[in-house]
Amino acid sequence: MAGMSGRMSTVIKAKISKLLDKAEDPGETLDYSYTKQLESLQQVKKGIADVVTAKKRLGMQAQKLEQSVVKLDTQARQALAAGNEELARTALERKQLAQTELQGLDQQVAELQAQQEKLTESEKRLRSKIEAFRTKKEVIKAQYSAAEAQVRISEAATGVGEEMADVGLAMQRAVDKTEDMKARASAVEELEAAGTFEDLTMLGEGKDDIDRELAALGAGGAVDDEMAKLKAELGTGSAPPAKGELGAGEQT
Amino acid sequence: MIVRIMGEGQYKLSDDVRQRVNELDNAAVAAVSGDNEDGFHEAFEDMLQLIRSEGEHVADDDIEVSDVIVPPADTSFEEAAAEFSGDGLIPD
Repeated sequence: MAGMSGRMSTVIKAKISKLLDKAEDPGETLDYSYTKQLESLQQVKKGIADVVTAKKRLGMQAQKLEQSVVKLDTQARQALAAGNEELARTALERKQLAQTELQGLDQQVAELQAQQEKLTESEKRLRSKIEAFRTKKEVIKAQYSAAEAQVRISEAATGVGEEMADVGLAMQRAVDKTEDMKARASAVEELEAAGTFEDLTMLGEGKDDIDRELAALGAGGAVDDEMAKLKAELGTGSAPPAKGELGAGEQT
Repeated sequence: MIVRIMGEGQYKLSDDVRQRVNELDNAAVAAVSGDNEDGFHEAFEDMLQLIRSEGEHVADDDIEVSDVIVPPADTSFEEAAAEFSGDGLIPD
């Protein structure tokens, strides 16, 4: 049988031959291979840590967005109760946007979780193979002539090299996915920085006109309330229309 | 024959299973060349399932070189074009 074919096989063969190229004498090949294997294992561990970090970051963003969804929903109700349909609509639009982003994030967190599990499994396999190689290495050194050792080393190093190439590719795919997600996370962060998902009644940095308008409405409602109370106390005039009593600032 | 599914590990296949995998391999090649995305995914998925269920898992501490390398399960149709052409993964 002709053996491996396909692009994946070609890539792996190239990687393995690169690993084996370096040294000529058996002892050197063994030690060089083993060092490379340990390095590769370290890289996998680092790769897993990166995936975990990315997952945590996305998880925190998702949490923030969840809070925003609740907040915006409350504010939409408040705005509507205050009779400002336009602002209620704005709040609902933002809630929709936050919900869409949230769904995307949840999906990505789940995807990263799967990547993490796969990489952890791969790391375990590679670790076992490297350990087996270490044992084999000693046997080869002790028992075989140089020529025979060369053949056995080549076999063993190729076998472990294949596992390394496999893990390497899995990590590459994980990194690519993580990069995509980082880009998306940044986009969400920009929306957040622009105040898109924030409390519409709070004034502060990055707030836009609609925020201010709603804040004014909240304040206006409170003023109206106070005026109504005062008027009632003094027994002068009539209370303002119901709109004031259901001011945006009252409900939480 | 020893087969590696990328990202999943190695499996030892009997000649009978090898033949069945080869048929699915050829079906995947045909689907790719016919621009049939659903057909490819179906053949590829069946192929992976067959290897996983009928193949004998190679122990983690067993150092073996694979005869055939199967791309990872999440291979896209676009990526498949580079793998499933000519004889496919398994030479006929």
